[in-house]
Amino acid sequence: MRRTSKYKTNLKLNDGRGSATSLASVPHGSTTRVVRVNGSGAVALRLMEMGVVPGAPIRVVRTAPLGDPIQICVRNYHLALRRVEAETITVQEVVQT
Amino acid sequence: MSATLESPLLANRPIAFAQADVTQPLTIAVAGNPNAGKTSLFNALTGLRQKVANYPGVTVESKVGLWSLGPELHAARLIDLPGLYSLDAISIDERIARDVLLGRAPRFAEPDVIVVAVDATNLVRNLYLTSQLIEAGRPLVVALTMFDLAEQSKLQIDTDKLSRALGVPVVPVVAKRRRGIDALAREVLQVATNNKRPSAHWRLSEEAERELAILSGNDPEGRYQAMRDLYAEELPVQRGRREAVKLARKRLAHANAAWWQELLIARYDGIERVVADAVRYEGDGRSSITERIDALVTHKIAGPLILFLVMLLVFQTIFSWANLPMNLIDHVFSALGDAVRAHFPAGILTDLLVDGIIAGVGGVLVFLPQILLLFFFITILEDSGYMARAAFLMDRLMRGVGLHGKAFVPLLSSFACAVPGIMATRTIENPKDRVATIMIAPFMSCSARLPVYTLMIAAFFSGRRVLGLISLGAVIILAMYLLGIGVAVIVAWILKHTILNAPSAPFVMELPPYRVPNFGNVAHTMLARVGVFLKRAGTVIMAISILLWVLVAFPRTASKNGIKHNDPTIAQTTKAVTKDAEAESAADASSLQVQNSYAGRAGRLIEPLITPLGFDWKIGIGLISSFAARETIISTLSIVYSVGDSAKEQSASLVEAMRNARRPDGSPIWTPLVALSLMVFFVLACQCMSTVAIVRRETNSWRWPLFMVSYMLVLAYVASLVTYQGGRFLGFS
Repeated sequence: MRRTSKYKTNLKLNDGRGSATSLASVPHGSTTRVVRVNGSGAVALRLMEMGVVPGAPIRVVRTAPLGDPIQICVRNYHLALRRVEAETITVQEVVQT
Repeated sequence: MSATLESPLLANRPIAFAQADVTQPLTIAVAGNPNAGKTSLFNALTGLRQKVANYPGVTVESKVGLWSLGPELHAARLIDLPGLYSLDAISIDERIARDVLLGRAPRFAEPDVIVVAVDATNLVRNLYLTSQLIEAGRPLVVALTMFDLAEQSKLQIDTDKLSRALGVPVVPVVAKRRRGIDALAREVLQVATNNKRPSAHWRLSEEAERELAILSGNDPEGRYQAMRDLYAEELPVQRGRREAVKLARKRLAHANAAWWQELLIARYDGIERVVADAVRYEGDGRSSITERIDALVTHKIAGPLILFLVMLLVFQTIFSWANLPMNLIDHVFSALGDAVRAHFPAGILTDLLVDGIIAGVGGVLVFLPQILLLFFFITILEDSGYMARAAFLMDRLMRGVGLHGKAFVPLLSSFACAVPGIMATRTIENPKDRVATIMIAPFMSCSARLPVYTLMIAAFFSGRRVLGLISLGAVIILAMYLLGIGVAVIVAWILKHTILNAPSAPFVMELPPYRVPNFGNVAHTMLARVGVFLKRAGTVIMAISILLWVLVAFPRTASKNGIKHNDPTIAQTTKAVTKDAEAESAADASSLQVQNSYAGRAGRLIEPLITPLGFDWKIGIGLISSFAARETIISTLSIVYSVGDSAKEQSASLVEAMRNARRPDGSPIWTPLVALSLMVFFVLACQCMSTVAIVRRETNSWRWPLFMVSYMLVLAYVASLVTYQGGRFLGFS
């Protein structure tokens, strides 16, 4: 992955230590980077069109009061998605420098 | 994804075409992501010179307006397209917008220039659609909207750099202050005259490039078409081409299952590079105001509470505050009816004019205050960004019955009136979810049912208490509301698992930043909605109300004194008649008229059918007339029982008449159980021609409204039957 930092914050992959997990299991407030969008249907297409593409940083903001859907911040804007959709996104946690 | 993937802009050279003729009026389309400020821009460009247009064959609306580009020029025709995130469209709205943008919409002129609204505060995602339009070589001008907000949040955007990198003109605008409008007009004219087309190609992986080369026959001109064919969802129509594309996709999928993602990643990579070069950010992070509001509004406890209060306000407004103007409209039309009757000779034409046409127009216009108020709130909730939060909060609950979070507000509005509620389902993108929501909206007990409930309770349940302190009437009304909700939940679940079964649409929904709504936009939207309602629903409502008038006014019954001017459907007339005796005989005459009319005959005809529900043929007439509007049953019953016709004396004497009505054998017709059975029928039956008309309009077919009326009628019949027969079985009367 040879991607330059965004104009927001410097982010660095903690390769090797942070293992890949699904976005649905990431705790609030932590920032992650998209590794892979699984699946191939309308959901995956829409997610990627909305900017959830490999390499993009994602911050999990909060969960709705009933536990679903979740609110994330991607490419500097906010997006709501259901847990089943978040499960299709493989992410890796990043440490901020 | 393969790390070797690179996506430089291979080519970015505007191609010059022959000079275009600007003496002809131009057609310009405004496109952009939802929430990108497209509508504000459109309103700023056209002012009030706009109207709502409909795309042929679908219910998608677009606005068309006139934009003066310069003093000596024809005003351009400006088309406001539905918002879309990408050209690989999902919803109907997006498909229409895509087809217009690519010049593929049948019976729709290809736009000469496309103005794409790009939210300056959300550049990367907004430029995705732009990048697709550049690839497609569309004549493009980028309007960087909300430029002031970008500056406030310390985003330094170098528009010249951006413009050079993208190969299209970029104009910063602030629509509400009309900043940048003239510059935008200049650039649009420039693009129209030069006819410069942008272009962009992404270098893809070796495998993909090989397939593109095969599909384009190595012709650089054919590359774009090859790319669309390879990556777009739908396959080419032409058979040979389709097979070639299928094979190419198969080969690519064999090498990499996620092959189709490559192009999307390439676009975002390209955009990021452009933005990183042209934009400097000097703030400390996030748009803090939106995050702070969100922390409260989507909070675990405060969030639902705020939603409850907001909905309470909306509900209160359309439920009770709208009553004043509604009564006013009602009075104006009944006064108009009386005036016409006083000045025209009595006769069939006057009857038609008063009871058919004036009553019909009044019946349409009486909805206006509710529709205006509801859309006032809905537009504010949407423009401020709150609507998306409401859907976010309610999605889990709505999903329980297979619906989308966005179905919550339309359903709640339907407690006031299903007509504006059904119109509000437009915010639901997935067509099947939307139809399911429309199909259950009329189960929400609307304000028109309340007079019926009230009459039944006043006649048969008044004064009784449950557990010594709660009035039985209140308990029954609550039970009726709950019955409607319960049945709606079950029906929604069944519909979503049978005829409206579809892979659940992605919920993926933008939570736009909070913004102060622009009241000009709100007014525009309200007026547009009202126009649509009057034009589409109004005509159907008029036609049906004239038909119903014919049913109760024919065949004519000769009466003793020749006065036959009672309104059979709405209690509002006969003030011209003065003496009591005369009024009484007039009431008798109209009672006779109704009993002998087609509606009366129909009442007798359906009597065998409704006897198991506990209803006699007189109630049958009421039921038939109530299919125009539920509350009509009250005035019809007044006429059938020939009690006084004016609203004041009606309720008390009607209650008496109902209590005293007897069968030939002397047993009472009305019992508490009959009243309950009737109320259950009213909860579940779709007795409202306005609802039918608006469903016809919103689904653009007669199939759904007919289905709705039939299944609701069956449900109402069965539930009423169970209530009456079950009650009798249990020993109630």
